[in-house]
Amino acid sequence: MGQLKVTTPSDRELAMTRAFDAPRRLVFDAHTKPELVKRWLLGPPGWSMPVCEINLRVGGKYRYVWRRDADGTQMGMRGAYREIVAPERIVNTERFDEAWYPGEALNTLVLVENGGRTTLTQTMRYESREARDAVLKSDMESGVAASYDRLAELLGSPSEATR
Amino acid sequence: MVMKQTNLDATFAALADPTRRAILARLASGEASVAELAQPFAISQPAISKHLKVLERAGLVRRGRDAQRRPRRLEPKRLAEATEWLERYRQLWEGNYRRLDALLEDLKTKERKWDS
Repeated sequence: MGQLKVTTPSDRELAMTRAFDAPRRLVFDAHTKPELVKRWLLGPPGWSMPVCEINLRVGGKYRYVWRRDADGTQMGMRGAYREIVAPERIVNTERFDEAWYPGEALNTLVLVENGGRTTLTQTMRYESREARDAVLKSDMESGVAASYDRLAELLGSPSEATR
Repeated sequence: MVMKQTNLDATFAALADPTRRAILARLASGEASVAELAQPFAISQPAISKHLKVLERAGLVRRGRDAQRRPRRLEPKRLAEATEWLERYRQLWEGNYRRLDALLEDLKTKERKWDS
């Protein structure tokens, strides 16, 4: 459904925009119900999400843990909800267990529905430009690793080629 | 792929300004003098020169050969490095969002079943 656009609206921000062919109430559910979040928010291939706890109220906390199934490496993240306007807007903080970027980020999710389709905009504001760039850099590295993983899959087993 | 962190910091700082992004967009269609670059903007040539200095320091723009006009031209390599960074990030999230597409289809189908 449409192309994901990633932009840098300011020194400290990253923004993502993408359209989905579904009403925003479902897109909102997919971001707030743990059993649904676990099905898509997984990152590179080979990772799963064994922990997803969400206390969806202002001041409520959430906790995510991802696991690389090949070697058991874990990565955790937590934060709190600052604003919740179902089904159109969520503002929450975010902090990784391993401090690979300094401080906390503030995420704003905005869902706009038009004719049964939903445009999602996710803006992440970091404490500094250095923190924002560290996120980009780290994802670049894992992105490279992920594409090598996919290449290995393609070469190793033809049945996986459609992934 | 090894990229120097300091270079990329300068690149992203240079790209954070809308006037500088507009200058780069203009240079993408061919080299231009400072006067030509200043034309579409409501700012002075010295202000444009200041922006150009930032872009040059970041390695995004360099001076052309014509000594009279001193045209500026795009340095596509550095810009490509910066967009490569964003592209990797984009690919990671596109993977997530493709799974979300599939999940949403699933949810819509289930709703239709319940409705009927």
